[in-house]
Amino acid sequence: MDIFREPKVSRRAVIVGGASSAAVTALVPASAQDAKPSTLAASVPEMLKVSFTVNGKVRELELDTRTTLLDALREHIQLTGTKKGCDQGQCGACTVIVDGRRINSCLTLAVMHEGDKITTIEGLGAVGDLHPMQAAFLKHDGYQCGYCTPGQICSAVGMLAELKAGVPSHVTADPAVGPKFSNAETRERMSGNICRCGAYSNIQEAIAEVAGVRS
Amino acid sequence: MKFQTPAGKNPIDRMKVVGKPHDRVEGPLKVTGAAPYAYERHSVIANQAYGEVVGAAIAKGRIISIDLAEARRAAGVIAILTAENAGGIGRGDFIFASPLAGPLVEHYHQAVAVVVAESLEQARAAAALVRVDYDRADGVYDLSSAKAGATKRASVPDAAIGDFATAFATAPVKLDAVYTTPDQSHMAMEPHATIAAWDGDRLNLWTSVQALDWAMRDLPKILKMPRDKVHMSSPYIGGGFGGKISSMSDAALAALAARVAGCPVKLALTRTLLVNNTVHRPATIQRVRIGAARDGKILAIGHENWTGNLPDAFVEQSTVPTPSLYAGANRLATTRVAVLDLPEGSSMRAPGEAPGMMAIEIAMDELAELLGMDPIQVRLVNDTQVDPSDPNHPFSTRQLAECLHVGSERFGWSKRAAKPGARREGQWLIGMGVASAIRGARTRTSAARARLDAKGIVTIETDMTDIGTGAYTILAQTAAEMMGIGLDDVVVKLGESDYPVSVGSIGQRGAASASGAVFAACTKLRQTIAQQLSLPEGDVDFVDGHIVSGGRRIPLGKAAAAGEIVVEDVLEFGPEMPKKYAQQAFGAHFVEVAVHASTGEIRVRRMLAVCAAGRILNPKTARSQVIGAMTMGVGAALSEELAIDTRFGYFVNHDLAGYEVAVHADIPHQEVIFIDEVDPTITPTKAKGVGELGLVGVAAAVANAIYNATGVRVRDYPIRLDKFMDRLPAVA
Repeated sequence: MDIFREPKVSRRAVIVGGASSAAVTALVPASAQDAKPSTLAASVPEMLKVSFTVNGKVRELELDTRTTLLDALREHIQLTGTKKGCDQGQCGACTVIVDGRRINSCLTLAVMHEGDKITTIEGLGAVGDLHPMQAAFLKHDGYQCGYCTPGQICSAVGMLAELKAGVPSHVTADPAVGPKFSNAETRERMSGNICRCGAYSNIQEAIAEVAGVRS
Repeated sequence: MKFQTPAGKNPIDRMKVVGKPHDRVEGPLKVTGAAPYAYERHSVIANQAYGEVVGAAIAKGRIISIDLAEARRAAGVIAILTAENAGGIGRGDFIFASPLAGPLVEHYHQAVAVVVAESLEQARAAAALVRVDYDRADGVYDLSSAKAGATKRASVPDAAIGDFATAFATAPVKLDAVYTTPDQSHMAMEPHATIAAWDGDRLNLWTSVQALDWAMRDLPKILKMPRDKVHMSSPYIGGGFGGKISSMSDAALAALAARVAGCPVKLALTRTLLVNNTVHRPATIQRVRIGAARDGKILAIGHENWTGNLPDAFVEQSTVPTPSLYAGANRLATTRVAVLDLPEGSSMRAPGEAPGMMAIEIAMDELAELLGMDPIQVRLVNDTQVDPSDPNHPFSTRQLAECLHVGSERFGWSKRAAKPGARREGQWLIGMGVASAIRGARTRTSAARARLDAKGIVTIETDMTDIGTGAYTILAQTAAEMMGIGLDDVVVKLGESDYPVSVGSIGQRGAASASGAVFAACTKLRQTIAQQLSLPEGDVDFVDGHIVSGGRRIPLGKAAAAGEIVVEDVLEFGPEMPKKYAQQAFGAHFVEVAVHASTGEIRVRRMLAVCAAGRILNPKTARSQVIGAMTMGVGAALSEELAIDTRFGYFVNHDLAGYEVAVHADIPHQEVIFIDEVDPTITPTKAKGVGELGLVGVAAAVANAIYNATGVRVRDYPIRLDKFMDRLPAVA
């Protein structure tokens, strides 16, 4: 698994490429909009075909270039387990695993993911066939309202893979040596996933159990 | 069933299912992402269009004109809702600002328009093309400057007992301090969302609402339509904390937009919009005066509270806990309310108690220091078993002292250095803090339906909601205990407006009220079964899936062999018990912090809550509510504040990057202890609630721990670096 792989299409390339996209309108100064508003506004959104694998199933979609991976999952494939909490990368509720790496699916456009392998909460396990992390969340009551939960679980799975791969964090004592599993490491690494119900203490216990250590 | 006298022995006392730490019954759906929240209900209705809200760019004033020409021409746009085509908009009984501005604007980010389009991207892009011209008026946005003009509200009378002024003036030890709490945001993880669909003159909403009965009262008033034409569904709610109590703007806007668009509309408020668009906990300024004798006994306690809101809207009544908390013959509690033009303030988790105890419980810490006493001892000296304001009104249960004793022992309070700044570990100054917790143990009349089928499955239906509290699970446990069956044989259905009416998830009333409703419905089901089988009254029990009577064991499902048995009952809480007893839940919070001697960085190292809150129906879900509340308390202590732009009248940090709630790295392992207690005066299940109790006092315990660590007292929440760094002890 190459955790630091560069994406194949950058967000900038897509935005520039989809110049007729009305999303650009918001970035253009008002004076420029005034000059040529109608052509921008009345234009049909640019659509692109994209194909990626979600939970082992190939999905071929034709999407508005402005559609985020999150909205592609929730609105187009109707896999609504992945949640929208802020739509701007601040809360982590939309965390999914793309080619082994956890990402905020609200911060990436769907058409950037040609050929990618995407795992969502539905792909980790289902009722009656839970992934160990899902089972640990259930056992330790690592959730309350349940809205941030899929993101927490996907993030926890991705986070443990990062730890295993030796990716250092802010609290790693010696990046050259690499991280050791600790509460400080998992708390630091999970801090992009907000839980307003405040289940953190229980989530940490769930993660520790899956990692095979005591919290 | 009427509840007028203390509950006697009943099937719940068996505690075979109730009181056990069962996993959440809906848990598998939540951990697999299969629980459907409002915005996600693709299958309920076809052809859902997308609504995008345009928020007002002024806090107060008038809309001169709205230019929709460009937006209308944008790709995919179906319709645009504004006040022009909305029809008349009324007002509900809970939220006072209109869901839709025009021509008047009542607060910043009040909706001005909703653009409906075929896709979310199209709706958002077109919404950015709506051009609004405003006539901006001056408003009042700063509580401290509006405080002088604050007035008394008829709904919040002054509470005066004895002669506060004289008793305070002559007290040997006096504390007189002012504390401030900021505006706070609920910030539930699920943004407010609704799918609305019209079927002729009938309206269906799939929404996210804590108290359906209130939403069903308010939304028809806002839309000026009959209640019986509305149906709401809210089985899963991604957090509320008071921010989704009734029908909020999302429901009204989705309904109105669906009407002008002629198709179903789904709509979610964006994170950046909802902070100013919906509601928040209002800021307070609180002056606390305590006069005490040298032995620590309070002789006089005065609590003056100033807050603000839109005219006629909610009042943050910080003085709520003061009359019940500590003994003392001379008492004064007042609230004054300023008219502010900020977004509307409303209830947030433990309204009144939460901000009030942020002040009172620092004041008690300060009093302890003035007296040279231990902070726990000061609280014990002023403990009382009768309502301090009425000696003839005993507490139904009050184990505050027990909470303090148990917590002190478990937390290792004896290791606390009495002198602030005296304990140091390397670069870190270590301190411990304590605070009492109190929250009204109230109830509201609630109903439930119980069904028994031929397989012996009992299904409970009530419009109660589960906002993460564990309602599904405790109601299943209650039904299982009543009917002598296992949890697997119970189905609980919540959150449909055509189910029997319950209290909803508000004011820590849910567990006691809704479990009481299920008790009542199951009592009726037991009676009905006994009658149908002609079993002798008084010799019928329900055990291990069987009806046991006169030596016979009949499988429960047999009773419904001829057809499903359906009963419904309402548990009516009369005024008798609250009149006879002061009913409160109590607790104590213990916090240890480390403050970096050089940088002032604050780390919360340990937290313990001890709660005495009646019967704990499920210690696992109850504990989670408490640790979650403790987490929110850490946020309140250290980081949560809606920053006001006092020129333009809005909350600047209206997202989750600027409004800082606690994250994983901020929270240590948390401990909760429940003191053994049943309170038969509350409800037949003898339970109170804990969801708000867990928050009350936490922030003060953190503040007191910081003081103990550093010797620096901050009375202005949140306790940020800039408020104390210059006062930290000199680094050796």
